Amino acid sequence: MTIEELEQIAKSVCQENAKFDYEVNVCMDLACFSQHSGELRDALVKAVEASGKKVLVRRTGCMGPCSSGPLVRVDPEETLYHHVNAGHAEAIVSSLGGEPVPDLQCDLNEHFEKQVRVVLENAGHIDPEKIEDYISRDGYQALLTVLTEMMPNGVIHRITESGLRGRGGGGYPTGLKWGTVAKAGGDLKYVVCNGDEGDPGAFMDRSVMEGDPHRVIEGMAIAAYAVGASKGYIYVRAEYPTAVSRLTVALRDARRHGLLGHNICGTPFSFDVEIRLGAGAFVCGEETALIASIEGRRGNPRPRPPYPAVSGLWGKPTLINNVETFANIAPIFRKESKWFSSVGSERSKGTKVFALTGKITHTGLVEVPLGIKLYEIIENIGGGVPGGHTFKAVQTGGPSGGCIPADMLGLGVSYDALMAAGSIMGSGGMIVMDDTSCMVNVARFFVEFCMTESCGKCIPCRAGTAQMFTLLSRICAGTGTMDDLELLVSLCGTIKETSLCGLGMTAPNPVLSTLKFFRNEYIEHIVNKRCPAGVCNMEAPVEVLA
Amino acid sequence: MLAFTPPPLPSDDKRWKIVNGTMRKNGFARHALIETLHTVQSSFGYLDDDSIRFVARSLRVPLSQAYGVVTFYHYFSLKPPGKHTFTICTGTACYIKGSAKLVAAVEKRLGIPQGQTTKDGEISLMTARCVGACSRAPVTLSDGEVAGEMTSEQVIEQLERWAVA
Repeated sequence: MTIEELEQIAKSVCQENAKFDYEVNVCMDLACFSQHSGELRDALVKAVEASGKKVLVRRTGCMGPCSSGPLVRVDPEETLYHHVNAGHAEAIVSSLGGEPVPDLQCDLNEHFEKQVRVVLENAGHIDPEKIEDYISRDGYQALLTVLTEMMPNGVIHRITESGLRGRGGGGYPTGLKWGTVAKAGGDLKYVVCNGDEGDPGAFMDRSVMEGDPHRVIEGMAIAAYAVGASKGYIYVRAEYPTAVSRLTVALRDARRHGLLGHNICGTPFSFDVEIRLGAGAFVCGEETALIASIEGRRGNPRPRPPYPAVSGLWGKPTLINNVETFANIAPIFRKESKWFSSVGSERSKGTKVFALTGKITHTGLVEVPLGIKLYEIIENIGGGVPGGHTFKAVQTGGPSGGCIPADMLGLGVSYDALMAAGSIMGSGGMIVMDDTSCMVNVARFFVEFCMTESCGKCIPCRAGTAQMFTLLSRICAGTGTMDDLELLVSLCGTIKETSLCGLGMTAPNPVLSTLKFFRNEYIEHIVNKRCPAGVCNMEAPVEVLA
Repeated sequence: MLAFTPPPLPSDDKRWKIVNGTMRKNGFARHALIETLHTVQSSFGYLDDDSIRFVARSLRVPLSQAYGVVTFYHYFSLKPPGKHTFTICTGTACYIKGSAKLVAAVEKRLGIPQGQTTKDGEISLMTARCVGACSRAPVTLSDGEVAGEMTSEQVIEQLERWAVA
């Protein structure tokens, strides 16, 4: 495969598509699919056949605003239809060439206006199981350019210059990480893609892997070239069967086109990728635990250093990046080097995908430039809190993050600003809560999660999260005391400082942040034995853990 | 060193050949343990003592280690599933949208706590940590089929449909 051949494929796809007058794109991502968008697509195909019009019906990945699903977009007009079902197929097809169907048309301009699509640029535009579709949108061009025109050092320099930081949540500078692995000795190195999206309430990585799998593979191949790795693994949750099958198809197609395997594109560079399935353990998102899991062992983390960049998979230097980090790589090489760093805030460059869920009008996947104000995401993009309720808090970072209250919505979204506010960027879950959510109960929910997900290796996390849970359960049941509150705070400090891995170190975050901003709710539970949101059942017997 | 001969298949059930295939594909390497257990679970529905023993011996992994892996990961089940499996997502978005009410309603209807199967072996009630359909919370899975924005009534309706069928 050469650049010319790649362009040839892109050209033939364009010629093929030019035969059609219209393209009808049907979102087949999980949210739309659960509302029978599969049947909708079949109905559209049938209606097209009956009408005799030249129309291409295409299944695509997530278009974004899942709450309006199932979604259909008609190109070239870019008419977006919402809440479409199989019964609407004929109306949509017969409207082609005339006026759009008025009842189905939706106005989501405000939702899309403030978004900048880099990672999701292909979502809703390509068939995820067709490598040709990806190639026709400049796919694999970056890989070929890198392999034929750049030295590994130059690749790392470009990434460092872009200012890209790890999208898994920690925000470690990607260029620095690549540089460390590249400098590590040894002829065998690995590249691992962390697709173990364990944060409950986040699904960005799933959508990227399902909607645009080749983007992740291309990013991994570029990374492998830069650090000198010859083998890659994608670690995916077993709970995402569609992601696994899409990635399997994508890997097979990439090999067939000579974009993976021996001597890629006639260069001396060889690289191949295997899929490894997770088995439902949150802790496996931690890099050393993930390595243990790929090696077929229990997902127990180990102390660092040595970092995986020096001694990782089977003791070899290993580069581990998140799905979204790899998805950002190709665009950095396709466009000018200054382009990426021109988007975003001073210390957080580029865009970030968030899964906007909870008590908000437009739930779904959004991609925003970093530095955007929280209220812009919630009010403009998300359409605010529905049902006449008032906004209370937004939770970011999942079980490792915190809750940000209404008076801090002016905050610009960046790694540092969220950290300063007692939360973290996390992998990108953003859950909106209104006045019907009890913040003490929310803290208890997350602590329970960390308690059951703790691997049990180190005592602060194993015993500490259980004690935190008991204290919070007492407070939620109305039997807590002010002493309990004090104990809780001191326990949080101990767990944070003495735990072995990120799971334990960040487990107190949801408690500390709700205590900081919603202390009055805790007091109300303890002193007046009342749950302001009406969530906690004060008569319930307390679960005490032995 | 003597060449390693993998143990014979436990029975002539064709599914063991699929399991053996996964191990052969990985050259009977120890690191194929989780992959192989996935194959066993997808072929047999759960992991019993015999299958864990067989996989451990084939891959030359201590039985204790194999059992440790099986019990560490939530995805692996040591009990056979019911004829139908009803799963309620209890991820954060589903929690905020009231998945606890759904769990309570189903537990009451079936008379079993989550993680168990009804006495007649008809329905297993499970909870999931997040299936990634958070935008349509609360989410349930009926034999793997995702349904969003569920209410207690809809959930009970689904269970009734199984009871009749």
